[in-house]
Amino acid sequence: MRSQDLPKPSWNLEYLMWLFTRLSAISIAVLAVIGFTAALIMGARTQMDLGTLLRWTFFPNPNHVLDSEIPDLAAGWTNGFWQIIQMLLVFFGATHGFNGLRVVVEDYSNPGFWQVALRGLIFLLWVFSTLIAVYVILGS
Amino acid sequence: MALNRKVGLLSGLRYRGGGPMLAWILHRVSGVGMIIFVTLHVLGSFLTQQMGSDLGITLNIIYESLYFQLFIFFCVIFHAVNGLRIIALDIWPRLIRYQKESTWLEWFIIVPVFGLAALIMIRRFLAG
Repeated sequence: MRSQDLPKPSWNLEYLMWLFTRLSAISIAVLAVIGFTAALIMGARTQMDLGTLLRWTFFPNPNHVLDSEIPDLAAGWTNGFWQIIQMLLVFFGATHGFNGLRVVVEDYSNPGFWQVALRGLIFLLWVFSTLIAVYVILGS
Repeated sequence: MALNRKVGLLSGLRYRGGGPMLAWILHRVSGVGMIIFVTLHVLGSFLTQQMGSDLGITLNIIYESLYFQLFIFFCVIFHAVNGLRIIALDIWPRLIRYQKESTWLEWFIIVPVFGLAALIMIRRFLAG
């Protein structure tokens, strides 16, 4: 096979979001493994069912493990560390998800007014869902 | 919205892309599935906790049902494993030669992980 020079990437939105999609995917996987492992270390194996453990894994919010046999949520399950993990998960998850939705929508629509309008709608959904999530995280 | 494509729907359906095409379609479906799940969850919790509305309780019942949970767990596990496969092929482009084999490999991971979790969820559901 002949070797071929890679084209120089141009730093436009599409390339940046392509890169962000990969990096955020790896970040979410790492954050999920952190939550999953920490929950098991803190005694999840005997204190909760699989569904509750998975709820905690993908959003380590104390409200997600209320329905379990944890004796004291204040001991390890509710603190600033988990709030930071939740914020990171929301930022990476919401941005990755709504950008993915934008890609799918633009794949099935033609350039023009409606595509711009849908783009704007998705942008607003992204802003609002992130703000609601921050409100939830700080309030719990 | 009219689709300005050179390929019609019928010939699109007849296209035999095999494993990689199935993975591409399922990646989209599972991604949109997760967006729907999270949106239902946020809306349901918001309406229940802030407004005490019946609609919120209806939404909670929908996404807490066994079928929806099984669907969403499949979405999560498929999207995660397939996404990592895509990243691996992006980092080592020479592996694209083995794209078809990589989609088989991912099912070897997805089927046991999903099957085991589904078994536990269904058994728990049947036990009440």
